[in-house]
Order: sequence, then structure tokens, then C-alpha cells
Amino acid sequence: MDIFLQQIINGLTLGSVYAIVALGYTMVYGIIQLINFAHGELVMIGAMVAFSVINALAGTHLPPVLIVFIGILAAIPVCMLVGYAMERIAYRPLRSAPRLAPLITAIGISIILQHLALLVWSRNPLAFPQIIPFVTFPIGGAIISGVQIAIILTSVLMMGALTFMVYRTKLGIAMRATSQNPLVAGLMGIDIDRIISFTFIVGAALAAVAGVMVGTYYGIAHYGMGSLLGMKAFSAAVLGGIGNLAGAMLGGILLGIVEALGAGYIGDLTNNVFGSNYQDVFAFMVLIGVLVFRPSGLLGERVGDRA
Amino acid sequence: MNSLLLECAGLDKRFGGVLALAEVGFSINRGEIYGLIGPNGAGKTTLFNALTGIYSCDAGGFSFAGKPLAGLRPDQIAARGIARTFQNIRLFGNLSALDNVMIGRHVRTRAGVFGAILRTRATLAEEVAIERRALELLAYVGIAARANDVARQLPYGDQRRLEIARALATEPQLLALDEPAAGMNATETLELKKLLERVRADGTTILLIEHDMKLVMGLCDRVLVLDYGRKIAEGPPREVQRDPRVIAAYLGGAEGAASS
Amino acid sequence: MNIFAKILTKARSKWVGVALIALALIALPFALAAAGTAWVRIANLAILFAFLALGLNIVVGFAGLLDLGYIAFYGVGAYVYALLASPHFNLHLPFWVILPIGALVACVFGVLLGAPTLKLRGDYLAIVTLGFGEIVRIFLNNLSRPFNLTNGPQGISRIDPFSFGAFDFSRNETIAGLAFSGPIKYYYLLLALLLLAIVVNLRLQHSRIGRAWEAIREDEIAARAMGINTTRIKLLAFAMGASFGGVAGGMFAAIQGFISPESFVLVESVMVLSMVVLGGMGNVWGVVLGAVLLTFVPELLRDWVQPVQQSLFGKTIIEPEVIRMLLFGLALVLMMLFRPAGLLPSAIRKRELTKQK
Repeated sequence: MDIFLQQIINGLTLGSVYAIVALGYTMVYGIIQLINFAHGELVMIGAMVAFSVINALAGTHLPPVLIVFIGILAAIPVCMLVGYAMERIAYRPLRSAPRLAPLITAIGISIILQHLALLVWSRNPLAFPQIIPFVTFPIGGAIISGVQIAIILTSVLMMGALTFMVYRTKLGIAMRATSQNPLVAGLMGIDIDRIISFTFIVGAALAAVAGVMVGTYYGIAHYGMGSLLGMKAFSAAVLGGIGNLAGAMLGGILLGIVEALGAGYIGDLTNNVFGSNYQDVFAFMVLIGVLVFRPSGLLGERVGDRA
Repeated sequence: MNSLLLECAGLDKRFGGVLALAEVGFSINRGEIYGLIGPNGAGKTTLFNALTGIYSCDAGGFSFAGKPLAGLRPDQIAARGIARTFQNIRLFGNLSALDNVMIGRHVRTRAGVFGAILRTRATLAEEVAIERRALELLAYVGIAARANDVARQLPYGDQRRLEIARALATEPQLLALDEPAAGMNATETLELKKLLERVRADGTTILLIEHDMKLVMGLCDRVLVLDYGRKIAEGPPREVQRDPRVIAAYLGGAEGAASS
Repeated sequence: MNIFAKILTKARSKWVGVALIALALIALPFALAAAGTAWVRIANLAILFAFLALGLNIVVGFAGLLDLGYIAFYGVGAYVYALLASPHFNLHLPFWVILPIGALVACVFGVLLGAPTLKLRGDYLAIVTLGFGEIVRIFLNNLSRPFNLTNGPQGISRIDPFSFGAFDFSRNETIAGLAFSGPIKYYYLLLALLLLAIVVNLRLQHSRIGRAWEAIREDEIAARAMGINTTRIKLLAFAMGASFGGVAGGMFAAIQGFISPESFVLVESVMVLSMVVLGGMGNVWGVVLGAVLLTFVPELLRDWVQPVQQSLFGKTIIEPEVIRMLLFGLALVLMMLFRPAGLLPSAIRKRELTKQK
């Protein structure tokens, strides 16, 4: 088996999930310069809601693809609502406060959502029911599964849709204007509050789908899955250049590949002194490395203090 | 001793494609009050930021007391003996006036973590000296009564004075003031003029950006006029005032010069 | 009454107050022991967390840097203690040797993390420190290979308690007719260490370095122009905070006798941050209050929430641990929204945090 190609495929799969989550971070950061620490929890909530629905429907004779689709459709509005509420309750009142304040509430919201989920779904992970037959396709010495193909395709589709929305619709133009200069955008008649709410809602919808994808990929979802994933996705956003949509996509996919290759080869490279259990370290190494050597990221232009 | 304090030669600073400063050169002697004037956007504050290490220069640069300043961080430049104020006042707004000036003493004092924790005799003596000097400086600029007031609640003119006191606390050889009279009324401006004359008399050289021409004319020994990032005149205020290029720059274009 | 007499009575009433508080603190463990030794242990934990929170207060409160990986330094200190005073390597150094080593090692970690990252803007620092905390935890979990340094997820057990020669802090004994249980003896030692930490915090706050931290928090550009080497001064805050964390970690290892990577996860960093925020960033007494409240209240809740739920529903619906975490989260959100400067605000931080820019 071609390990290299296999790891690239695995990396692409995870990377496209990171990219979708990273888009949420980057959109919010671009528009209000806030690291929404609770964004990862939206991914978790999306996965949990979808899995609950999918499990409930698993016994019926609906086609499996339709069941997953219904699960996603259920998860999206829930996440949108939570995303909207978190902005209204925890971030909007602090928009003119010192930067430290919304960061701290973001941490608080993240902890609260995580433990509310624990209350609702308990500590036990939800498993993805065996409704979709596990199909694989050989591809040049490696294999790619049907789920992987679905994840990659869905991600590409969503990235396309988002790009279209941001660059081709009126709402997207308003978003970009607000991220350039909220004050002036406001003077031009753009309802800033609405645009910011909208940004959170779009990010939350993306997070919901990402949650279903990553849950399906690993086969389980649980209340604590959001924070690590969120941190990695944020690293991806920084890698690509925070505030930059294309950067988030590129950063997500690169990070996925770095992680997969790292996990695949670290054992060989270090004579098995370090194993693949160090996989999670790579994302943070990348994050710290980027911030130290190129804080603007691969595609970012905006650098430094707004002094 | 050489009377030359600050020398600037061939200074370029660009932002993207825009040349904010182009081949600017001048020199300031010890004990001078040197004015820097020019229309809005001429590059005066950019020059200040380049001087104090906030911006790096793209070509040329400064030499202070015979040593180049290139590559130094703002704090190192302050340590060399250049202190500044800001056009849009940058006090430590939530601290008291006294604390603001005491922070200015940082660069001339030494107490570290261990001194602070152990409260060594040297640290305590230094603390007393810092506070005494800060109070002296507040009195020097005329706001001694405001020592315990919160900086951002001070009247505007007092905030400007406080910024000068804070800058003086670093024991500068060169005091760089960015529009110190902005927003002041005539009485306040007159008092400011007296204060700056006293600062000079006490041995500190002053570099002054100012729009109040009366103040510049009455105070400065020499002035440098910038327009679109270029030096267009330099000399005693009276001469510069009559320079057609300066008049043109201020009135906007060649027709202005012709009609005057 | 003449003015001297007035000052004298004022000073005297102040000392009377201090003496009363001191007496209360001395008597407290015996009162708590009457309710059960568990409460003395909780008091000890509260003191320990207060110590830890005071360290974070230097970073967040004084210098205004959001450190979300603070628990990593605590973990480093705990492991230093565990490795040097347990059968794991068969080393049994005395605690007064190890605690300074723990402080030093944690300090080195703080500098290693801070040096490259403190030039970054505040919110980036938050996420980098968060990542750093995770990295330390992952290493603690996995460094049982290539050689067994941390014993992996099983952690290290049978850690030596604090002792002075033959005087062992974990043993019960009777002195002058009073029964001193292990936790009570620890209480006095921890209290003494906490007082030391408070003094250090207060002295740092009102020093040249403390003023430099204030300046950086207020306006970094102006601070630099005034000759403050901001990177170095921020690093100093980071290193000081880390050292506090290192010492607290050593104390934790000794009291518990067992540590594992589980104790040094992100939510613990959030807990310490909640204590600082609840009490009041930058206010030493507020931070101590925050730590005491957020240690005791969850325990009190644990004591009656569970029985109430049992009697009402016949089962536990909300686990006490979940309530504890929800409290931390709510403390962060509600304090920031409604009382950003904390329960006992520092005057300056209050002005800063209520400022509408």
C-alpha cells in the first residue's frame, strides 16, 4: 500500500473539515476581530443534533443518504440559533469594551455550551449507526472510502457557495465592507448589527455541516469533541491568514495534510521514539511557527497592531 | 563639545507605493528650539515616528549625539535621550497624573523584580526619589495640584502638560513635541510658550511640530518646512515665512504664490 | 480629640481588625474539622488555588496578557515535585529544595513560550498559550517512552508529603492537647505560603516593574516611547506567573500524593481564569476571594444539590462536576457583562474595563 498517497487522502479529508470550520473563525475575526473560542462548540452541537436525529431514524426504512441529509437539515438551524444567540448575548454588549473582555466571555460560552451538551447527551459518545455500507475505491495503491469522497465533495461545494455569496451577493458585499471599516459601512447605510449576526449564522451553519462530516468520518460524536477541533481549525485559519477566506481553505487543507503525514511518518522518522499519539501536537507547532515567523499567514495582508 | 545634537540625512519612508518622506535632511544643534511645519499630510508625524523608532526608514536615517539610531527600538531610542509627545495625546488614561510621570522615570531607574519583592534599601530609596522627581516635574509644568487626578479626566491643556512632564521624566536631551498647542486657547498657548522656553533654558533641546504660526515664530530658532514629504525650506522663521515656495505650499499651488 | 489621637485610634482599630482576621484564620481549620476533615482539605485546596490564581493575576491582571495555558506551568511544577520526591526515580529530596526548582523549571518554560510569542497581539497570545497548554498535556501523557519520564496516563503515585526532618505534614499528631490532623498541619503551611504570595504580589504591583506592567496594559506604544522594553517586561510577567504556577504545582503534588495528566487540562486553566476574573483582575484581595468562592461554592452545592435531586427525582440529573464547570463559565460571562472589574475591583482596572472607547 502506498502510505504516502493514503496519508494525503486522509489529510485531504480531515483538512477539508478543518477548512470549513476555519471559515467560521476567519469570517468572525475578519468582521469583529474576535477569536470566537466557542466556534468549536458549534461543530460539536451540530454533530450531536445530527447524530441524535440519525439514530432516531436509523430504524426506519428511509434510504440512508436521506437520513443523513435530514440529520444535517436538523443540525443547521439549531447551530444557527446558538450562533446567533451567543453573539447577541455574549459579544454584542462588549463590542466597545477592551479586547480582553469578549475573549473572556468567549471562553466562558465555550465551557457553558460544552457542559450543557453534557447535560443533554451525557458523557457517553453517540455512535454513527451502521446504515451506510462501507465502500472503498482503490486509487493508485491507496484506498478512498465513500465517506471520504462525500466529505471532500461537500466541502468543495460549501466553499464554492460561500465564495459566491461573499463576492457576488449584496449581503456578501456588505459583509466585506463591514470588515474593512464598520464605521464607514454604517454611514453608507449598512446595518452593521445585522451583518454581524448574519456572519455568525453563516459560520454556524458551516460548523453544523462540518460537525456531521467529522462525526461521520470518525463514527462517533461526543460533548468534548469541539474544543480540540476548534483549536486546530483556528490554527488553520491563522496559517492561511486570518480574515482571509481563501486562506482559511488553504490553511485547513494544508494543516490536514501536515497532520496526516506527520502522524504517518513520525514513528519512522524518530525510530518509534515518538508515535502517532503526538498527532495533535503538529497543529499547535504549526500555529506557533506561523505566528512567530509569518503572523500574517500564507495569504494574509493585514498585519500587526491597529495602533 | 560638538554643538550638533541630531542629524538627519537622506531620509526616505514609503508606505506601499507612496513616498511619505523623500530625501529629508536637516540637523539640530544643542540648545535649539527647532520647528517642523508644513501643511497637513506633509509627513511631519511620519518623521517623528521614524525618529522615535516606531517606523523603520527605507533610506537614510538619524544620528543622535554622534551615534546612528538605525535599527534601535523605541525604548532604546528613549534610553538614548529622545522623548516625545503624541499628536493625539497618549497618556496612560486610567492612571493618576503622578503615576504617569513616575512611569516616565522607568528608563532612568533600575529596580527589578527582586528589589521589589525584597524591598531592599536601594529600591526603597529609588522609589522615594522617583516620586519626588515626578512631583517636581508636575510642579514644573504647572499641574502639581492635579497629581492624584486620573489622567483622562484632566482638562485638555493639562493633559498636554502632563504628557510633557512624562516625557521630561525620561531626562531627554531632545524633547520632540507633536502639536503641543493643539486645542489650547491663547492664554494656555502663552503659558506653554513660557514653559518651553524654560525647558530650553534648563538645557533640553526641543523639536516642535506646530500649526500655531504665532507660537512657531515666537519660539523657534529655526524651522524646517515639509511639503509632500520633501523639505522645501529651512532657516530662521522670519526668512522662511517670506519664502515663496512655503507660501505656495500653504496656500495651495503656484497661483496662490503668485497672487500673494 | 486631637489629630494624633484620631490617627492612633484609626491605626489601632486597623490592627484590631487584622488581629481578629488572623485569629479567625488560625481557628478556622478546627471549626471546619468539626464539620468533617473533608472541609479542611477543601480549605487547603482553596488556599492552593488562591496561590495559583495570584500567579495568573500577575499575567492577566497586572500585565493584561490573556494566558489560557497557565495550567501547564502548574503541571510542570507538579511533575518536577513528583519526579524528585517519589519512588518513581527513587528520589526523595526535601520540599524546600524542590519547590524552588519547580519554580525555576516552570519559569524556564514560561520564558521559552513567551520569548517568541509576546510580540504578538493579545488575542493571538491567548490561542498560542492555549495550544501550549495542550502540547504540555500531550507530552505528559506520552513521555513514558522512550524512557519512562512521566509514567504516561497512569500518572505518578506515592509522592512524598511535605516534611521537615521527622516532622511530617501528612501525619496526625497531638500538640499541647490539640489534635492536629494532617490536613490541619498542611493548612498552616499553605496559609503561610499564600501570605508570602500575597506580599510578593502587592510589592510587585507597587513597584517600578508593576508600573511598567500598568503602562503596557494601558497603551503599549506610549509605554515603548517612554523607554519601556515591552517585550522584556511582558516576559517578566510571564516568567513570574509561571514560577507561581510551578510552586503551586509542587504543593498540589505533595498534598494529593498522586498526579496524572488529567489534572492539567484546559478546563483547569479556565477555572483559574474564572477565579481571577470573578474576584477582580489586578486586585490581589479580589483574586484571593475569587479563588475561595469558586472552590467552596461548588463543594457546598455538591453537598446539597445531589441529595435534593435524589429525593426529588430519585436519581442524579445534574452531576456536581457539571455544575462546577457551568459556574466557571457563568462567572466568566456574567462578570464580563455586568461587573467587568470583578467583585473587588482594582480602582484602575475598573476605570479601564468600564471605559467605552
